[in-house]
Amino acid sequence: MDRGLLETLNAERRARRAVIRVTNLATGAERLVREAELDPADPLGAELAGRFRSAKSGMVETADGGRLFLTVHVPPPRLVCIGAVHITQALAPMARMAGFDVTVIDPRTAFATEARFEGVPLYPDWPDDVIPGKVGLDAYTGLVAVTHDPKIDDWPIARALEAGSFYVGALGSRKTHAKRVERLTAAGVDPAAIGRIAAPIGLDIGAQSPAEIAVAVLAQAIQALRRRPAADAAS
Amino acid sequence: MGDALDLSEKDVLGIAEAWRRDGRAVALATVVETWGSAPRPIGSHLVIDGDGHFEGSVSGGCVEGAVVGEAIDVIGDGRPRLLEFGVADETAWRVGLSCGGRIAVYVERID
Repeated sequence: MDRGLLETLNAERRARRAVIRVTNLATGAERLVREAELDPADPLGAELAGRFRSAKSGMVETADGGRLFLTVHVPPPRLVCIGAVHITQALAPMARMAGFDVTVIDPRTAFATEARFEGVPLYPDWPDDVIPGKVGLDAYTGLVAVTHDPKIDDWPIARALEAGSFYVGALGSRKTHAKRVERLTAAGVDPAAIGRIAAPIGLDIGAQSPAEIAVAVLAQAIQALRRRPAADAAS
Repeated sequence: MGDALDLSEKDVLGIAEAWRRDGRAVALATVVETWGSAPRPIGSHLVIDGDGHFEGSVSGGCVEGAVVGEAIDVIGDGRPRLLEFGVADETAWRVGLSCGGRIAVYVERID
């Protein structure tokens, strides 16, 4: 392995960008493929795209009988929850079990208390006080906005869309969401990006209780992560 | 979830880079195939220096000793090696991969 390639690989990992190292096990020949630069003409294109989604490393046989090993480095997914509400209390532990790093932000200090969110990084602040300084948004960070208050939810929703977050979910009925779409459009957010908001939030499983809604939200976030179109993260 | 579950683990590639920067001779071992109930997933790394110091894991302790020995040879001649350990191989019993699985480990020098 080339030392320069290792340094580049580590720099990409620290920057939370997905990258695959392709190594020919017979010859030692190697190359790095960044998700954002995945070329459709790459002979391994479909294989690499699938690996970026599954995050699984593994062996590939080439047409000429060679064996390539793909070491897949995908940033650990994060979930930023705007709103320290009931749903979030159920969602935070579930999401952590599923492998997400969870952060909760809510300026309403009555909600954002340590006692309600034991062990979860919690910011009793306005979103624009902690994003992006303390809490970064990127393609591997999903955003769940559940305060029901546009003053708190709208701004981080717009930032998550700009950052290409794999999942942006917002609580509220269709009517509530229609108004949200109007506000975001008026604020100059790209209509195609607005169309990516999952609202009403969560998969339609008839969820009733806060915990059931949390299951629906987490399932939708996982679906967005694992089924996302190739190289969408770069757009 | 790939790296997600490995958050609490050591950053083996970061250690490899740091050791190399310090001028140490370094080899990297990677689990490239597993069959059956292998203790560590595909893509797991072990980093070894020329004195036999190592960090990380390719088998949870079963075959690390053998991999470190091979890594010293790889550091010496620069030729990568593909090693297999498993129940079908008598040496596997000697090195102790008794967990019923088989693994292939690729060992290469960091140049």
